[in-house]
Amino acid sequence: MAVTESAPVGAAGLTRDRLRAMYRDMLLGRLLDQRVLVLNRQGRAPFAISGQGHEATQVGVGYALRRDYDWIIPYYRDITWVMVMGMEPRDQLLAALAKAEDPNSGARQMPAHYSSRRHNIVTGGSPVATQILHAVGVALAFKYRKEDRVVVVSVGEGGTSEGDWHEGLNWAAIHRLPVIFLVENNSFAISVPQSLQMAVEHVADRAAGYGMPGQWVDGGDVLAVYRVASEAVERARRGGGPTLIEAACVRLQSHSSDDDQRRYRSAEDLEEMRRHDPLERFRADLESSSILADGEADQIRQECQGLIDQAQKEADLAPVPEPGSALRYVYGEG
Amino acid sequence: MPEITYVEAVRDALRDEMRRDERVIVMGEDVGVKGGVFGATSGLFQEFGEERVIDSPLAEAAIVGVAIGCALAGLRPVAEIQFLDFIPPAMDQLISEAAKIRYRSNNDWSCPMVVRAPCGGGVHVHGALYHSQMLEALFAHVPGLKVVLPSNPYDAKGLLLAALRDPDPVCFFEHKGLYRSMRQEVPDGEYLVPIGKGQIVRPGRDISCFTYGATVHEVLTAAERLSRDEIEVEVVDLRTVRPLDRELIVESASRTGKVLIAHEANLAVGVGAEVAALVAEECFQALDGPVMRIGGPEIPAIPFAESLAEVYCLGPKKIETKLRELAAY
Repeated sequence: MAVTESAPVGAAGLTRDRLRAMYRDMLLGRLLDQRVLVLNRQGRAPFAISGQGHEATQVGVGYALRRDYDWIIPYYRDITWVMVMGMEPRDQLLAALAKAEDPNSGARQMPAHYSSRRHNIVTGGSPVATQILHAVGVALAFKYRKEDRVVVVSVGEGGTSEGDWHEGLNWAAIHRLPVIFLVENNSFAISVPQSLQMAVEHVADRAAGYGMPGQWVDGGDVLAVYRVASEAVERARRGGGPTLIEAACVRLQSHSSDDDQRRYRSAEDLEEMRRHDPLERFRADLESSSILADGEADQIRQECQGLIDQAQKEADLAPVPEPGSALRYVYGEG
Repeated sequence: MPEITYVEAVRDALRDEMRRDERVIVMGEDVGVKGGVFGATSGLFQEFGEERVIDSPLAEAAIVGVAIGCALAGLRPVAEIQFLDFIPPAMDQLISEAAKIRYRSNNDWSCPMVVRAPCGGGVHVHGALYHSQMLEALFAHVPGLKVVLPSNPYDAKGLLLAALRDPDPVCFFEHKGLYRSMRQEVPDGEYLVPIGKGQIVRPGRDISCFTYGATVHEVLTAAERLSRDEIEVEVVDLRTVRPLDRELIVESASRTGKVLIAHEANLAVGVGAEVAALVAEECFQALDGPVMRIGGPEIPAIPFAESLAEVYCLGPKKIETKLRELAAY
């Protein structure tokens, strides 16, 4: 397992505009996530699941990919990532409010089951880690057609206890497929800590057992994630095979709107975690290196809030699914 | 037309479609160099190479799950499970994933794939508890899947070609007792047998017997014996158990007024129960007797010893007895 050190902002080889865009995307994801939770608390969104604390990882990986060319298979905390890949706040608010135009599933699935064929974002179910095998199949298709596309599939550290995880990594390594396994390790699977999921300190340690590179990275450091992901993407693209990336994240919110993590995590633990908010960290870095001028962060925040307000207006007015439509698309109708 | 076996018909369908459509690839345990433990993929590795005929690791969930990924990315994968008895590890992938991909994405994504598996056993088709089960009812319960069980070489080829071109996941279960036990004239070229359509394989006026798979042949033998006593049994090969050919079932049952459903799978909560319910709901006024079923007893599967296997298996004699009971009603 290799460990990536954090790098100063200037060393990332990214333009100022791109760095600002990364911050903007992280913030948009955070604010949209917060809005969905508010809608839930208002009783308007029946269910919500949060990705707060994972934004740096998701933006870092997203920026390493070619949008609308590479594929991703996200899991339920990837609200920020799917927007980097092309989805919009409106798409997620339509899902939160269970509206017919929800592009993820037409309000058939619970929110946070992200999907968009247009943007190569593969539909997922709720059983954990089944998507790992789909990513291997997608990568197999890329290799078979001699395309230089890459697929990235994400999962939490709890999902790595599943059999599909093992079977998928094994197959991908045997055939050196262009797939990246991204573990967003936030230390908890609902209430169960990592120490009860595995006896190793790092998920990335397991990569050696499959014969692929394993990389641990601080998932709160967007530029470090970007660098690690870029290396893995380039390796996969040139036929070098799969990579396991473990990104250490914090789970700032409870598992879902039906959970309260204060019941199983200490106040000290939660307080400590909040000091590692990736958004605050990146903002401070950008401001101290003058990438963001004074007041620019607030300006970006207002722009994002405006986008979300507008998206919510549209989602509010959108129609609910027509009851008869429930019977459609069990099979192809063409 | 050449006379070929069932397993050759399966192989021919795979080969013909792989020649026609380069999106078709095959994966499973021993399907490559060896050509499958029953020879169903024999010669494919040599003709199409290791990129299209993939010897998978020994991992059933992966065989189905990776095939799903291939389908999502535009290929037409065929996943072979070596014996249907070994499919339970892949149930999550089939029931939670393949079956729901179109529905859960509101028709944005689809999962065109075929899962092939040899199934079934018999007194002389040794397989015992873990090489002989008929598990089709588990899949027939799931909206989003199609479940096909051909009874002869002609249907095997035509239905497999149809399955390979179907836009949705198809479970294609091949009774291994049929693989080499019969030969049939099968056209060299392409033809399709439609999924979801049964067939009257023996017309009759007195009783409708709905069946599928290897049991079709046992029912036909029994029907011939009853015919000597001028009891004419109509034998209907359902061929597909999801979706059922409701129209054909209702038409035949309404015409004869008596119904027996025969299948090798365990009787309780099996496909026969669904057919019986359909007949009871749709043909009540036309019935002249109780809807009867015959199938596997309440033991897990076919035991190994011949004397024990006979207890499980139907065979023409037990079916004949049941048909006579119904005829006399």
